[in-house]
Amino acid sequence: MTKTVRIGSGLGFYGDAWEPVAASIERGGVQYIASDHLAELTLAILQKDRQRDPALGYARDLLPMVLRLWPSMRERGVRFICNAGGLNPGGAAQALRVALATKGWKARIAVVTGDDVLPAMTSGADAPAFAHLFSGAPLASVRDRLVFANAYLGARPIVDALAQGADIVITGRVADAALFLAPLVHEFGWHLEDAATPAELNRLAQGLAVGHLLECSGQGSGGNFGSLGTWMAVPDLAHLGYPIAEVSDDGTAVITKAPGTGGRVNFDTLRQQLLYEVHDPHAYLTPDAVLDMSTLRLTDLGDDRVRVEGATGRRRPERLKIVAGFHDGYKAEVTWGFSWPDAWSKAQAAVGIVKTMLAERRVPHDELFVEYPGLSSAHGALAPLPAALDDLNEVWVRLALRTREKSAADGFGRLFPWMGLSGPAYTCGFHGLHNTAELLGIWPTLIDRGQVEPHTQIQIIET
Amino acid sequence: MKIRLADIAHARSGDKADWVDFGLFAWNATGYAVLAREVSAARVQAHFEPWLPGEVQLWPLPNILAIKLVLKDALQGGGARNLRLDNLGKAMAAALLRMEIDVGEDELARCRAEPRVGWWPHDPLAAQ
Repeated sequence: MTKTVRIGSGLGFYGDAWEPVAASIERGGVQYIASDHLAELTLAILQKDRQRDPALGYARDLLPMVLRLWPSMRERGVRFICNAGGLNPGGAAQALRVALATKGWKARIAVVTGDDVLPAMTSGADAPAFAHLFSGAPLASVRDRLVFANAYLGARPIVDALAQGADIVITGRVADAALFLAPLVHEFGWHLEDAATPAELNRLAQGLAVGHLLECSGQGSGGNFGSLGTWMAVPDLAHLGYPIAEVSDDGTAVITKAPGTGGRVNFDTLRQQLLYEVHDPHAYLTPDAVLDMSTLRLTDLGDDRVRVEGATGRRRPERLKIVAGFHDGYKAEVTWGFSWPDAWSKAQAAVGIVKTMLAERRVPHDELFVEYPGLSSAHGALAPLPAALDDLNEVWVRLALRTREKSAADGFGRLFPWMGLSGPAYTCGFHGLHNTAELLGIWPTLIDRGQVEPHTQIQIIET
Repeated sequence: MKIRLADIAHARSGDKADWVDFGLFAWNATGYAVLAREVSAARVQAHFEPWLPGEVQLWPLPNILAIKLVLKDALQGGGARNLRLDNLGKAMAAALLRMEIDVGEDELARCRAEPRVGWWPHDPLAAQ
């Protein structure tokens, strides 16, 4: 019988649910859980944590998640791979070691570091490299405002950590799909850096496709399934199971989910996930290989099983992608309701008053953004407004101010309370007096492997 | 006749820095032929023009009856600085499904009659 490896999807982002992961461990027969805690935005959130406390900077849901799952993983020999280390993998591992030790539980934890490239981007008198990947803008415009910069590492350090017997692997920024490719490389002994033949490259591509299908947890099994009416055909979202991949040594895979769980794994739910957050589908770039999705076939086998095969791969790119964040001002926002009669006209009048105050007081700001939640915000000008606007029962107005001055953001909410007594009548539900948020711009760019990979380290911690 | 993309397709959107990306999916081969003919980068850019000016890229993927679209510069600099409630563009796929396209009546009938690819135990469209 051909060997297969079963990998279960862990979290799809920082804040996701882990009960579906428990179902995959207890009923799904998985050998590995690969858990992606880092959306593109997440490092910006973790950076704010780290500013408050240098011991933080990792995804804090790691601890309660592992404490919930570890007994059943331990019992079944399931190994756990995650990027929850965020900006501080060492801190995450230490915190987890303490949490496990408190319970008296033994685990071998591997920490992968070396993705932090902020020094490389900010040192040196002149850094002509690191131009914006999309716009080509030079780094100089944001260099002194950078607050984090991390390169996407590939599967290699995770493969090595598994070879060293790690039960739990904690990384910082790695390519999402690498979390899933690594156990396949480890189990099947696939060529990685030295993959050269079409067969070797194609099975890496299959591994990446599997990773991409599983990396967003429930989105791969019918969650967030978008279409007119047919989303209702996805059963029991309350108990949705996360996708599980059963992968063969040639890279072909069947995607399924644990028995007795809700959700749906079929041709439609999987292809929505396949294209999610992908740019050129002929060249999905990862540190380990380039995946071409145009040859891939998804065959619905029924009963929540879909075969994935035919992905083609090309040799890995020369350079690694970096995602960096730079300080980009502050936001303050206010939400406010106005009731019938004349709700729409009163909301418009109030917005006009606020604009007058901002101008007369010369409040420094780059943008005042106004939208009407519940009436039209999601689709902007593409959404038609009803004809009888002033017959509406109520209107919500949301005003968001973007400014480079923290004091302007802090003071924005103060422009509003007086209107409760002295502005248009029948207001309700004012929110936003103290809510300044720091804004971070994202700076995608590239870096030579030689500036990153020699600095990658694996440290083993045992409880 | 005019229909909306929502009548014959499904979609999901996501964010990549300042770009919004879409997967747009036909339910069957006839629907895909309509999408391939009617959905061009220029048409999608015109659809989003009142709101977002960025360039549009498009890749047809007949192997999964899908079209991949990317809208550049669509997120006010990215999710971590976007002032909109929908800062990650998750609802933008629904905005795409508002787009109107032209189909013949026979063609639309075939789109609806042809079985959908993939396995659904209870096909809500077929039940209509």
